Amino acid sequence: MDFFVSQFISGLSMTSILLMISLGLAIIYGTTGVINMAHGEFVMIGAYTSWFLQTKLGMGLIASIVPIFLITALMGFLIERLIIRHLYNRLLDTILATWGIGVLLQQFIRLTVGSELKYLKIPNFMAESMTLLGQEVSIYRVFIFLFAVAIFFIAWFIIFKTSFGIRLRAVTQNKDMASCFGINSGVVYSSTFAFGTGIAAVAGAFVAPLKSISPDMGTNYIIDAFMVVVLGGVESLIGTAASSLIIGQSSSFLASFSNDTLAKALVLVLIIIILRIKPQGLFTKRIRS
Amino acid sequence: MSKKKTSNVSIKRRSFLTNSVKASVIGATAAGFPHIWMKQGNVFAANNEIRVGVLFSLTGGLAIIEESLHKATIMAIEEINAAGGVNGMKLKAIEADPASDPATFAAKARTLVLKEKCVTVFGSYTSASRKAVLPVFEKRNNLYFYPTLYEGRECSKNVIYTGAVPNQQQDDFIPYLVKTYGKRWSLIGSNYIYPKEENNYCKILLKKLGCEVLMEEYVPLGHSEFSSVVNKFKNDKPDVIFSTVVGDSVVALHKQYRAAGLNPDKMPMASLTTSENEVAAMGGDAAAGHLTSAPYFMVHQSAENEKFVSSYKKRWGSDKVTHFVSEPAYFGVYIFKQALEKIGAGDINPTSIMEACKGQELIAPQGKIKIDPDNLHTYLWPKIGICKSDGQFDIIQKTDNWLKPLPYAAYPDQTCTEKGLVNA
Repeated sequence: MDFFVSQFISGLSMTSILLMISLGLAIIYGTTGVINMAHGEFVMIGAYTSWFLQTKLGMGLIASIVPIFLITALMGFLIERLIIRHLYNRLLDTILATWGIGVLLQQFIRLTVGSELKYLKIPNFMAESMTLLGQEVSIYRVFIFLFAVAIFFIAWFIIFKTSFGIRLRAVTQNKDMASCFGINSGVVYSSTFAFGTGIAAVAGAFVAPLKSISPDMGTNYIIDAFMVVVLGGVESLIGTAASSLIIGQSSSFLASFSNDTLAKALVLVLIIIILRIKPQGLFTKRIRS
Repeated sequence: MSKKKTSNVSIKRRSFLTNSVKASVIGATAAGFPHIWMKQGNVFAANNEIRVGVLFSLTGGLAIIEESLHKATIMAIEEINAAGGVNGMKLKAIEADPASDPATFAAKARTLVLKEKCVTVFGSYTSASRKAVLPVFEKRNNLYFYPTLYEGRECSKNVIYTGAVPNQQQDDFIPYLVKTYGKRWSLIGSNYIYPKEENNYCKILLKKLGCEVLMEEYVPLGHSEFSSVVNKFKNDKPDVIFSTVVGDSVVALHKQYRAAGLNPDKMPMASLTTSENEVAAMGGDAAAGHLTSAPYFMVHQSAENEKFVSSYKKRWGSDKVTHFVSEPAYFGVYIFKQALEKIGAGDINPTSIMEACKGQELIAPQGKIKIDPDNLHTYLWPKIGICKSDGQFDIIQKTDNWLKPLPYAAYPDQTCTEKGLVNA
């Protein structure tokens, strides 16, 4: 029973990490239809920005959330304005362009910061463990969980409860019609891209203290993020959350009965089977033909 | 420009002529002798410089560690040149970036050997890249210096191995851990050949000492989510966790072990792969109390090491660390230099250098080392270090004598000899 509970908690922790990592990708893809291959690098840039703020300016993790979000959102905004904007509705070109942006960002970090692993500290008061449901659990993992839930609800609130969200959903459903009603779709697209980039970067900043920081760390995250988004259905926030939960918990339990290598393979098999039955993912809305 | 071109052509023509004359002479006396062999004597020490290849990844995932090997190698070459070179000739480093990809390693190695005419190449961190370049060096009878500790079970006559093999890291380490911490062990490693071979040897030693293996697990390379693994540690409560996890996974494992509130005093992770480099990335807090076995630690006290560490910091930055792979990368170049000095005015080619390396001794930062004349691996000084929260190790045990490398220690019916691999 104890083991079951501890695996369940691990599963929740993995879920929250997956959710944070994939949320930005889901929002960008859902709105603009751009398959953002540089998403992993946005996560990486977030981790490095956090590292920079911590080691060079002495800022703590909590204090640096807002600066990280703003800096990277600005970066996302510029990337959208300068490059992505010209490639909408050209699926293959956007894949190639965003992949190229990813390579550029990786090399930029390598050339400026260097390619060795960097160290990012877990804030002191969260470095220990606490007792939860009779289990020793890392306080930091609990914090990440709460933070992921918070980000999820902020995103949900922005999309469904604000006037920007209404415009965003209108553009998502039918860009031309929305433009006819006076919605500036260009602004919506670039702010969405900026928002998605910011979330990815904050996710990177939060996950990095638990893992490691290197210029190519994004490659691992982007695979997870794509699995979540594809399984959940590309335009659904709820789908992203649900598929994070499915992948997180099944990884955790499969790993406990076998090992992580096998678990990874079995989770992929599971996803393939689900996609065979529901090719559009678990949650789909019939829009954007 | 055009002038240069013509002169080039004429040189080529001339050397081609002499070579073909030589080749035909040799061909007459020893039929079938590959004529490229004759050509090498001229080429390898042309223009009063000796060209050596430096083949470490500066881009891609492996750059994390290979960059430091590149730096150590380059520094050694620079030092040798600053001190006047070898036999009046300078070493010229031809750098190539294999971008962390085994196939590119092989392609760049081929370029270094064939096109750049390097007499020797220093390179590789992973076994995968070494295995990829091996055919290039064996086929062309060139020479490769490999600095990494590795799983052994290789007996090439074209590679000088300056890193440790399993017996050199484990023979003292495992008994020490069993005596100090206990007999219930869990083994965790990355999923590829190196951890599996190390664990093979570890299990042989554990069996002799009457120990129990609770768990043996491998995670994918680059894996960074260890909560299930940590749960298993909590559940099994092993006395020792034997870790052969590599790369950035080491960092994630240590951080998550610490965050989960496990205690290294009762359940330490004993590693063959956690160096100062990884410790710097995980932070002293996460590393403190865990153990590593290696022939070299940055804190090792010797005049040679002091010089090595201070020149390294001076050359590459004061925040840089030296570790148990960069040290062998560094002294490997000096072994090469001594081999050239031994050859002196004789014919410089890969085979003569390999022969001259046999039995070569020098005082490296870790202590006095020697190249084993039979298996071309290196006699080293195993040490056990326990990590402190400042990110450096405390050396808690040293061998009294250097330890002979036994690349086939886990396979008693096989021995690597001067003639090659012998099956008993």
